[in-house]
Amino acid sequence: MTVLTDELRALIGTEVAPFEFEITRSDIKKYAVATGQRQRRYLDGDEAPLLFLFSAMMPVIPLDELLPDGRQPDSPLIPELPLKRIMAGGSDYRVHRPARAGDVLVCRQKLADLYEKQGGSGPLIFMIFENRFETLAGEPVVTEYLTRIAR
Amino acid sequence: MSEFNIQPGDTLPGRDFKADTVQLFLYNAAIWNPHRIHYDLPYTREREGHPQLLIDGPLQGDWLTQIVEEWLDDRGVLAAFRYSNRQAAYIGDVLTAEGRVTALDGPVAELALTLRNQDGVTTTEATASVRFETGR
Repeated sequence: MTVLTDELRALIGTEVAPFEFEITRSDIKKYAVATGQRQRRYLDGDEAPLLFLFSAMMPVIPLDELLPDGRQPDSPLIPELPLKRIMAGGSDYRVHRPARAGDVLVCRQKLADLYEKQGGSGPLIFMIFENRFETLAGEPVVTEYLTRIAR
Repeated sequence: MSEFNIQPGDTLPGRDFKADTVQLFLYNAAIWNPHRIHYDLPYTREREGHPQLLIDGPLQGDWLTQIVEEWLDDRGVLAAFRYSNRQAAYIGDVLTAEGRVTALDGPVAELALTLRNQDGVTTTEATASVRFETGR
């Protein structure tokens, strides 16, 4: 059985508007303490640990827009799929250079791929999102490929 | 053996991580994550069916990068990191991070990493590429 229609496949390559964010020393220091970090360059807030970038993806929206389970609404890049249960599938990061305090980065998000596989209990749809973190001048900093799985 | 004194099979120093509610709260505040499963225990038990508050998946990923960078120290840089969460991890779990060198190609070493709970269950697994640099 094929669950991915041509209409859904046509969504591959869809992008959302890029957003900018500033990496502040204060935010890095808080993150470093909260994660039990022991490297001085992170504790001092000079550089951001790689997974700090996950926080950049969290939308800051009004309280009354949060869902009943507390979460922010899902990314508009997630298509309306015939399979409704969405699971995290992992992240793949390529590091071009460290992110540092004072950097202003742009994040460009794209639905990079959609494909299906047969799982043990039925079809699975794999969604691959590309998150490109760059400087304002276009210098690549980190590229992330995030997988989510619908079943 | 490479000029960097690394060879496949080498193990990284392990490290135990055990987040309590204060650390979990601070982490989710720092990343601006309002999902109730990380701080609202009645909700987590009654609505989501978990026995305890959940340790965030990306926090477990971060912990695995920490043992890589502590081992690497100032000898090189983390060039790539790939992780996936396999099983839920809960407040109170003792999560042991371990890693080993799986391959070496010039200055680039490939690493395999795992985070296991006190029952030996792998909650998160990862691979990393590190690039050794002379003169750092």
